[in-house]
Amino acid sequence: MIPAMPTTAATGTVRAPRPLVALDGIRVRFPAGRRTLTAVENVSLHVDPGETLALVGESGSGKSTLGNVVAGLQQPTAGTMRFRGQLLDKATTRAAQRAIQIIFQDPFGALDPRMPVSAIIAEPLLIQRIGTAAERASRTADLIERVGLPRDALNRYPHEFSGGQRQRIAIARALAPDPALIVADEPLSALDVSIQSQILNLLGELQRAHGLAYLFISHDLAVVYHLADPVAVLYLGRLMEVAPREGLFATPSHPYTTALLEAMPRIGRRHRRAVAIHGEMPSPLDPPSGCVFHTRCPKAQPLCSVEPPRLEPAPGRPTQLAACHFKA
Amino acid sequence: MCRFILARCGQAAIVLLVMSFVIYSLIGLMPGDPIDLMIASNPGATPEVVAHLRAIYGLDQPILLRYLHWLAAALQGDFGFSRTHAQPVMVVLLPALLQTCKLMLSSFIVSIVLAFTLGVYASLRPGGVADSIISLFAFAGISVPVFWLALVMILLFAVNWHVLPASGISTVGDGGFGDQIRHLILPVTTLALASTGQFTRFVRAAMIETLRMDHVRTARAKGAGEGRVVLIHALRNAMIPVVTVMALSFGSLFSGALITETMFAQPGMGKMIFDAIQGNDFNLALTGLLFATLVTLLSNLLADLAYGWLDPRIAL
Amino acid sequence: MSGGTADPAATPPEAHDRRIVTAAIAPAVSPWKLRWRRFRRHRTGMGSLVVLGLLLVFVASAGPVAHFLGVDPYETDLLSQYSPPSAAHPLGTDDAGRDELVRLMLGGQISLLVGVLSTLVGSLIGLTVGVVSGYFGKRLDAVLMRFTDGMIALPLLPLLIVLGAIDLTKLGFSAEFAHSGAAGFWRVVVIVALVDWTGIARLTRAATLALRERDYVRSARASGGRPAYIMTAHVLPNVATPLIVAVTLTIGRVILFESVLSFLGFGIVAPTPSWGNMLNNAQELVTTAPALAIYPGLLIFITVIAVNFLGDGLQHAFDPRSER
Repeated sequence: MIPAMPTTAATGTVRAPRPLVALDGIRVRFPAGRRTLTAVENVSLHVDPGETLALVGESGSGKSTLGNVVAGLQQPTAGTMRFRGQLLDKATTRAAQRAIQIIFQDPFGALDPRMPVSAIIAEPLLIQRIGTAAERASRTADLIERVGLPRDALNRYPHEFSGGQRQRIAIARALAPDPALIVADEPLSALDVSIQSQILNLLGELQRAHGLAYLFISHDLAVVYHLADPVAVLYLGRLMEVAPREGLFATPSHPYTTALLEAMPRIGRRHRRAVAIHGEMPSPLDPPSGCVFHTRCPKAQPLCSVEPPRLEPAPGRPTQLAACHFKA
Repeated sequence: MCRFILARCGQAAIVLLVMSFVIYSLIGLMPGDPIDLMIASNPGATPEVVAHLRAIYGLDQPILLRYLHWLAAALQGDFGFSRTHAQPVMVVLLPALLQTCKLMLSSFIVSIVLAFTLGVYASLRPGGVADSIISLFAFAGISVPVFWLALVMILLFAVNWHVLPASGISTVGDGGFGDQIRHLILPVTTLALASTGQFTRFVRAAMIETLRMDHVRTARAKGAGEGRVVLIHALRNAMIPVVTVMALSFGSLFSGALITETMFAQPGMGKMIFDAIQGNDFNLALTGLLFATLVTLLSNLLADLAYGWLDPRIAL
Repeated sequence: MSGGTADPAATPPEAHDRRIVTAAIAPAVSPWKLRWRRFRRHRTGMGSLVVLGLLLVFVASAGPVAHFLGVDPYETDLLSQYSPPSAAHPLGTDDAGRDELVRLMLGGQISLLVGVLSTLVGSLIGLTVGVVSGYFGKRLDAVLMRFTDGMIALPLLPLLIVLGAIDLTKLGFSAEFAHSGAAGFWRVVVIVALVDWTGIARLTRAATLALRERDYVRSARASGGRPAYIMTAHVLPNVATPLIVAVTLTIGRVILFESVLSFLGFGIVAPTPSWGNMLNNAQELVTTAPALAIYPGLLIFITVIAVNFLGDGLQHAFDPRSER
C-alpha cells in the first residue's frame, strides 16, 4: 500500500500491480449554515486487493466520511476515485456497487426491522439482479452458515438477535454479492469485548477464504494492530501518517501518531503514560492554519502554524509517510 | 426579531395571494355567472345583448386577466358589489366579521379555560378515574359532529325546556345587553365544546411530559409545594406547545363558526359565506373567503410570535 | 408542532426491541403479535373494535331488513310522513314517508364508504408527497412543506363548500354525469381527500427523513439500490406503523367532513341517503320529529368516537413508551 501521491514515484517503491480502489486528492465539504465544514481534505490513498487498510483517528477526523466516499454514499467535493483503475461512470459505478459493500458500527440500525434475515442477506443480490430466486435462497443459506449462525436464523427477524449475531448477519449481507472490498465502519465498537474478538476472528477468516480487502475504520489501535496492514492516520480530515503496520506501531513518525499510541492501554503496563495531546480537537469549521495539528502538538515550531507540511517519507523509511515538518 | 416578523408577514402575504387566485378560480367554476342571473331576471335578452354584456363585464377574457383586474381593484379597497344584498361587499362584510369575532373569541376563551382546567387536572394522576372521565369527554368533543351538537342543544334548551333562545342575536323589541348575552350562550357553548376536546388532550399530554422533566422534579425535591410545582414550573413549559397548537387551530375554529352560525342563525361571516355561495353572490363569497383566510393567517402569525415570547431559547 | 403528544414518527419502530435483544435468541414472536397483545389490553380500543364491527353489521343489513319489512327506502309516501314507530317501520318514517331504519342503514353504507375511500385517496396523496419530500429533500421539500403548512392553517370548511358547489360541467364533464348520483358521491370523496392529506404528508416526511439516514437504508444505497427500490422496500414498510394510527384518525375526521357537507347540501344529495343529508331539514325535525334529528347524528358520533378510540388503542399498541 502506497498513497497515490506524486511523491510516490520519487520514493522508488514497487507499486502494487493494480489497486482495487484509488483515491486521489479527495475533498469533502458540507454546507453548515453560512460556513462550510471541511470533513476531508486532499486525501490520496489506495487499497490493494486482499489487504486491510485501517483508517485511524478520533471522532470527527473524517474517517467515516472517507469510508462513505469509498462505499459510494458520499460524492466528493473534489478529487477522484478510481475503481480497478477506472474512473466511475455509469457502468463502473454499477460494478463498484457490487464489489464494494459496507458494514456499520451500530448492529441495531444496520438491519431493517421489517425484513426477515433471509431477505436482508439476499438484498444486494436482489438489487444487483444476481441469480434466480432459488439461487439466491441457496446462497443465502450458505452465507448464514459461513458467518457462524444456524440456518433457522433465516426465517427470523433482526430483533430476535443479539448485537454480535446481528453484526454477523450484516457481514453475511455484505458478503452476498461476492465483493472485493468491504468498508467496515467501526464494526466492533458497539459490541462487548468478548464478542469483539469473535467478530474480529470471523473477519480474518473470511479475508483469507475469499481474498477480501477491508477498509477498516476504527479508533481502537489494539484492534487495528491485530487486523490491519497498512494503517492511515487521519486528523481533522487530513492524512497525518500512512505506513505499514510494524513501522507505524514500532517507530511512529508523526507526533500525532505517537500521541495516539501513548494513549493506548496496554497489557503489562500499570498506568497510561502521560497523555501527550492536550486540549480539544479544533472545529473542522475553522481548522488551524499551517499544519492543522500545531495547536496541540508538543513539537510545534513557528513554521508549523504557517506552512502546511506535505506527506513525505520519513528519513530512512521509504514506505512510511508522514505529514510533518519535524518527523521522527 | 424585526427580520423574523417581516419574513413571516411576507410568507403570509404570499399565501394570501396564492389563495386569492385559487379561490377566484374556484368561484369561477361555480354554477352560472353574473350574466346568467341577469338573463334569468330579464328573459327578453337577445344573444347579442348577452354577448355585449359579457364583454362589458369582461367575462369573455381569460381567467388570469380577469383575476388581475379584480386584484388591482381589490388592492385599492374595491371588492365590488354584493348581488344579494345590493350593497358594496365591505358594507355587508364588516358587521358580519365583527359578529364572528365576538363568537369565536368568546368560545375560544371558554374552551381555553375549560381545556386548561381539565387538562391539568387529568395530568396530575394519569390513568386515574378523573383522567379517564376527562379523556372520554375529550374524545367525545373531538368526535361529535358540530351541527348535530347544535341540534341537540336547540332541542334540549330551546324546544324542550324553553330556557334559551335558539336563533338570532337578540329578541325583537328587547335587544338589551342581557338579551344579547342570552342569545350568545348556546352558540358559544356549542362552538367551545367542539374545540375543547382537542385542546384538553394537548394540555394533558404536554403537562404529563413536563411533569416528568428534570427541572420539575428538582423543584419537587427542593420542597416546593405541589400547587406551585404544577402551576409555576410545569404549566409554563407546557404552555409553549399548547399555545402554538391552539393558535394554529383558528382555521378549524372558523369552520366550526360557520356551522354554528348557520345553525343558530347568527349573522356572522360563516353564515354570510354560506348564504353567498348558495345564492351565487360571487363577490361576497370571494371576499368573505379571503377575509377568513386572512384572519387565520394573522392568528398563525400571532402563534409564531407567542412561541418566541414563551420560549426564550428561540432567538427571534 | 405536535406539542407534547407522542409523535408516532419520533419513535423508532424497533426501539422496544433493544430490551429483548440481550437474551441470546429470544423466542420467535413477530412484532405484530406483540402489538396485538398490547392492543388487546387496551379496553377502549378493544371496545371500539366491537362497536365498529356491530356498526358494519348494522349498515350491511340494509338489504335484508328492507326485504323483511317489505319497504322501499327510496319511495316517497307523503301520506305517511313522520309516522311514529310501528311494526312496519320500527323507527318510524321520515319527512317523505320513507322507512327511517332502513335509510339509516343505507346512509351508513354511504357515510362509511366515503370515509374509507376519501381517507385512502388522501393518504395516498399524503404518502406520496411525504415520501418524495422527505427522501429527496432540498427545494422540493421546502416547496411541498410550505404548501402543506398553508393547507393546515386554512379554514377548510368554506373551501370544501366552494369545492362542493363547483359546476362539474365547467370542468368538461357531461351534464348527464355531473348531475348523477355517482358524481355526487365521487365529488365528496375527491374533495375531502384533497383537503385532508396534509397531516399524513407531514408525518410521512418526518419518518422518511429519519429513515433516510438509517444504516440499513445506507447499505442498500451502497449496494446500488435506487430510490424507487429503497422507498418500497425500506421506507414504506417502516413508515406503515405510525401511519396506521394517523390514517385511522383521518377516517374519523373525514366522516365528520362528509356529514357536515351533506348536511349543508353540498355533499351527498338526496335521494341517496347519508347520515349527513338525513339531517338536511333538521331545523324542521327538531319541532316535528325530534327523534329523527337524533338518530343520524348519534350514529355519526358513535362511529367517529369508536374510530378515534381505535386509533388511540393502535397508538398504544405501536408505541411501547406510551403510558396509560
